[in-house]
Amino acid sequence: MENKEYLKTVRKEMPKSKHALTMVRAFLTGGLICVIGQAIFDTLKYFMPLVVEEMIHQYTITILILITGILTGIGVYDKIGKFGGAGSIISITGFANSVVAPAIEHKREGYILGLCANMFTIAGPVIVLGIAASVIVGILAMIFPGLFLR
Amino acid sequence: MRNQTIYFKNNDVGILETATIAGPKEGEGPLGRYFHNVLKDDLLKQKSYEKAETKIHISVIKNILNKTKLTPRDIDCVFAGDILDEMIVSSFAMREFDIPFIGVYNACASFGEALINASCMLDSGYMNRVICSTSSHFSTAERQYRFPLELGNQRTPLSQWTVTGAGCTLLEKNKNLPVKITCATIGKVVDFGVRDVNDMGAAMTPAAMDTLITHFENTKRKPDYYDMILTGDLGDAASRLLKKLIKRQGYDLDENYNDCGVLIYNREAQQVGQGGSGTACSNLVFNAYIYDKMLQGDLKRVLLVPTGALISKTSTLQGETMPGIAHAICLEAV
Repeated sequence: MENKEYLKTVRKEMPKSKHALTMVRAFLTGGLICVIGQAIFDTLKYFMPLVVEEMIHQYTITILILITGILTGIGVYDKIGKFGGAGSIISITGFANSVVAPAIEHKREGYILGLCANMFTIAGPVIVLGIAASVIVGILAMIFPGLFLR
Repeated sequence: MRNQTIYFKNNDVGILETATIAGPKEGEGPLGRYFHNVLKDDLLKQKSYEKAETKIHISVIKNILNKTKLTPRDIDCVFAGDILDEMIVSSFAMREFDIPFIGVYNACASFGEALINASCMLDSGYMNRVICSTSSHFSTAERQYRFPLELGNQRTPLSQWTVTGAGCTLLEKNKNLPVKITCATIGKVVDFGVRDVNDMGAAMTPAAMDTLITHFENTKRKPDYYDMILTGDLGDAASRLLKKLIKRQGYDLDENYNDCGVLIYNREAQQVGQGGSGTACSNLVFNAYIYDKMLQGDLKRVLLVPTGALISKTSTLQGETMPGIAHAICLEAV
């Protein structure tokens, strides 16, 4: 069925993404999100000097996810994503957005079969592969003790 | 019929009236003032966008009945279609009317398919008055074929914007109507192996080219026979590709060629990628803008070629290529 000549023409004639521009935008957006995260982290640490750093990391992530959830709900995050591309997708906020967006969309099909069933349609692969990777790392750590210790 | 082309020899398949309802974004586009109704809000206070699209479809049929002062009893059949799965919008819209219904699906070429089917029924004398209507909605199509609305992702430069709206044409078997459908070329499914879901224009271009060339060969007409040749929703880049490729075959689509998807939006300002797409795209442009121009006498002969990419989410995920289809309908103003 494939018409090689036509596909070649299509590749040549059709407009392409402006990679340089999108990369700069992604860098700036991703960087800004990280700066905001660092600011939240530093503020928390200043006000809670006795809490261990690991816990403050968790608080920071939770706050970022909460902010993204709200921004997605009021229809702002998709505009950030349109500008930032990968910069706002790769960060934890992008993950939060990919869970909240389908949840909002599928709420109309009911809470169980709509919202809950479709919540992870986009984030699902990330979770599955994340767990799979941690299983592999776990097995490696079991076979070679001390491999992942600093 | 000879080689895909049907001639409506009785010359009595005429357009009695048209009605359109366009979404807010379409209303802001260059054709905004031609649409009969423009929505302020595309959710229409409904619980879901699917319900909103159904409501638009119902309203457009009601509008055309009100405009012509006809009752459902006067209509022999409705040929309607949309691009949601199992055609729920048209089917749910038609449960509001006491009119026989035939659902048509050729993706975004459904409007063309409806016109051809209806014209055959009228020309053969089986029916006297039929409605052809199609609808699409950005938010329902986006959700079905792509991603949730609130997801922060980027659109590729090749992507197109599904037109929100519904339009319908009321055809009547009547020799005295000003605009008539005189012949039509039924398209074949053409697949040149395009796989990029975002590049629907390139997937449909070979189909459009095949139908156009077949039409020109069968009717022994040149492209300049028409005042306007309109493809459905190839978008800007693909319609330029079509022009280039068809020129190699000896047909020159010049000033008289345009694409409905390009006409309906201000491409750059409204950030719609390559232009509009969807079942309502060619429908709105024809029923609002082109029909008006034909009545004014600015256009005498028009070849409308709605194009469709015959895909589903499953087929593209399973690695299938994207076949396209295009039907050509020749409209002449007396």
